[in-house]
Amino acid sequence: MRDGHGAGSYALPPRRRAGLPPSRTGRGPVCPRSPVSNRVGTWCCLSAGQGLGDRPSQEVQRRGRERRGKAAWSDCRQAEAAAGGAPRAGTSLESASSRIGGGRAGQGRVKRARLGRSDCARPGAGAVSSPLFQVMAKEELPGVLILDIGGTQGVLENLAALLKKHFHLITMKEFLENKEEMSKKIQSVFVFECRPTIDRELLESLPNLKVIGNSGVGVDHLDLKMISSFGVKVTNTPHAVADPTADIGMALMLASARRLVEGCQIAVSPDTKHFAVDWLGVEVTRATLGIIGMGSIGYKVAQRARAFNMRILYHNRNQRRKEEEEAVGAHYCEKMEDLLQQSDFVMLVVNLTPETRRLIGKKELSLMKPTATLINISRGAVIDQDALVEALQSKVIRAAALDVTYPEPLPRDHPLLKLNNIIITPHIGTATVQAIHMMAEEAIANILAVLNGQPIPSEVFPK
Amino acid sequence: MEGQELPYVLIDCIGGMHGVYEDHVGFLQKHFHLITMKEYLENKTLLSKKIRAIYMWYHKPVVNKELLQSLPNLRIVASSGVGIDHLDLNLLSSFGVKVSNTPFIVSTDTADLGMALMLASSRRLVEGYEMAVSPDTEYFPADWLGAEVSGATLGIVGMGTIGYKVAERAKAFEMKILYHNRSQRKKEEESAVGAVYCKKIDDLLQQSDFVLLAVNLTPQTHKLIGKRELELMKPAATLINISRGLVVDQDALVEALQNKVIKAAALDVTYPEPLPRDHPLLKLKNVIITPHIGSATKKTRRIMMEEMTESIQAGIAGLPIPHEVLP
Repeated sequence: MRDGHGAGSYALPPRRRAGLPPSRTGRGPVCPRSPVSNRVGTWCCLSAGQGLGDRPSQEVQRRGRERRGKAAWSDCRQAEAAAGGAPRAGTSLESASSRIGGGRAGQGRVKRARLGRSDCARPGAGAVSSPLFQVMAKEELPGVLILDIGGTQGVLENLAALLKKHFHLITMKEFLENKEEMSKKIQSVFVFECRPTIDRELLESLPNLKVIGNSGVGVDHLDLKMISSFGVKVTNTPHAVADPTADIGMALMLASARRLVEGCQIAVSPDTKHFAVDWLGVEVTRATLGIIGMGSIGYKVAQRARAFNMRILYHNRNQRRKEEEEAVGAHYCEKMEDLLQQSDFVMLVVNLTPETRRLIGKKELSLMKPTATLINISRGAVIDQDALVEALQSKVIRAAALDVTYPEPLPRDHPLLKLNNIIITPHIGTATVQAIHMMAEEAIANILAVLNGQPIPSEVFPK
Repeated sequence: MEGQELPYVLIDCIGGMHGVYEDHVGFLQKHFHLITMKEYLENKTLLSKKIRAIYMWYHKPVVNKELLQSLPNLRIVASSGVGIDHLDLNLLSSFGVKVSNTPFIVSTDTADLGMALMLASSRRLVEGYEMAVSPDTEYFPADWLGAEVSGATLGIVGMGTIGYKVAERAKAFEMKILYHNRSQRKKEEESAVGAVYCKKIDDLLQQSDFVLLAVNLTPQTHKLIGKRELELMKPAATLINISRGLVVDQDALVEALQNKVIKAAALDVTYPEPLPRDHPLLKLKNVIITPHIGSATKKTRRIMMEEMTESIQAGIAGLPIPHEVLP
């Protein structure tokens, strides 16, 4: 287990299906109170105040007996939402709420019944036909909206499989084709590579939305204030991104300093007859690295750079603790100007906020050494791109290495693509097999924490 | 010292792709009277007896028997860089000519390049760059992934100065470090970088996600990595070579890469350099090659030049030679 990914902080809650009696039909656990309906998954009655593995309380069993024979189990959550939400066709919400929602004990059950249980009520499910049970099983998991599975922009197939263990995945297409039914099922949106776009219209159409679980740490693509106004929480994945992003920062710094990409081109070019001995790069070891933004990622960059005997300066909203500074040999620069003037490499590791937008502009670039390199692993908009083009063309700075631009990708005629003292990578800071998996796990843990009313590992608040 | 002539030192040429750097000439001329190969050939009778040293910058001028025979007062050949596999040490010794190299100054840059190659290969940096700038790119696909360096296992073959510096750097990436060497390092040295000794190279090859070659080229290390060794490596492993091209059986490497016996290779060195333009290694997608730039930084090359100057001065004066290479 790599440190910085403390298992406890986002360990997934244990699966809760153990302990249920086996199904008669072999399709999974059966509700002990309902020999007729062969239900699998979670039930509101069972969930009320208890885990799936528990035997229902006497009170719940009594109510179950009351309700036995009814095709549609009312949704405790629905009952709770009855106060505000419209009843669904085919269910008697009022009666359900009066049985379940009434009284303090009832309210307690309703409240607990919210714990990660999805809507069990099935519209007009009078007939308890068997294919429906398979559907019911999936539907009883909390509904999570995603853009798509697979393809070039969808959630990766293996991540979808991970998500499906905990959630009923609803693609945007499925949602749009069946808004009325799907909209109430959706309790969360899993945002992957900034998709789907969370706008007011979407939020208004998802009455039971509790949380936007973002894959990745940056949330500059989300309108936090607007989302919050709907009572919806936002979570990100700071732990999973830190190592791979710090690695890319180091990779870019080394590749730029040693002219690696150019070198590869020479090595394979059909025109190459000899390797010139006067073809030189600049040193990384013992050079000065200025880190702007010393959060988790910035600190991990410092840890790596220290092993290269680099002199490390950093600029941050707040100074780090002395022990933290000493552990990596980092010197605080309260004024960013001091950092810019002294650094051979300037690395941007801030998040994008109104304060950091265009943090690096013409003035900052001209403060940098003419032999310096600018590395950006934060967000494209942190740099004034036009000023950067000019600075690189006029050799105000030596070079730049960017994993991020604005937009991504850049228009194909953008001047940045034509310069020979720049490396651009296609936003691959977390593009590793391991990181993608860990981000999904971290997002899942955050979503489940919100839905289960547990402490949320990485909630993001609007300013 | 006035009136006393500066010692005559033979160089290949100044400037251009292969010559002594123009901005080094000023320093050198303070200490030596530089004679280019061209000047020497034009005036052999006068100059041959005056030349006391050869400043060999990137293997030039080539020193052979003929040249040695015509330079009766040659005391020392100072060679740039750490590798001396291009020199016939016995031949030089038979003429009573001493040899020096520049061993330690190249270490950090070469270790840095080893790390650069490992990161670039693992994160598919060159491919990514090509995608980012390609005129055909419309969007960046979400399923385009590399592999993580942090937390992976690095096997260092050859734990000399350069290998050890690689270990120091890799440790900061929380890599698990294995090493194979002629002899085991001291316990304190091992624990400082968390390196585990593998007496048998096979053990290292079987466990590593990255295998980095940092040996020098000797008859013992010639084709150290061949078909057998490549097959012992994990199919998801990457071979990184910052030593010498001949340490790897290149044909076996081509085959291994084509058949995905290993995942990828990243080579700063090949045999020959450059490779013939139709060589299969140049066509493989899972290879990155750099043009032998392990020590190619301004600062390092400057210090190399200064060290060579020192060695030549000591050699001519008959004093102990810094960085002498013994046969």
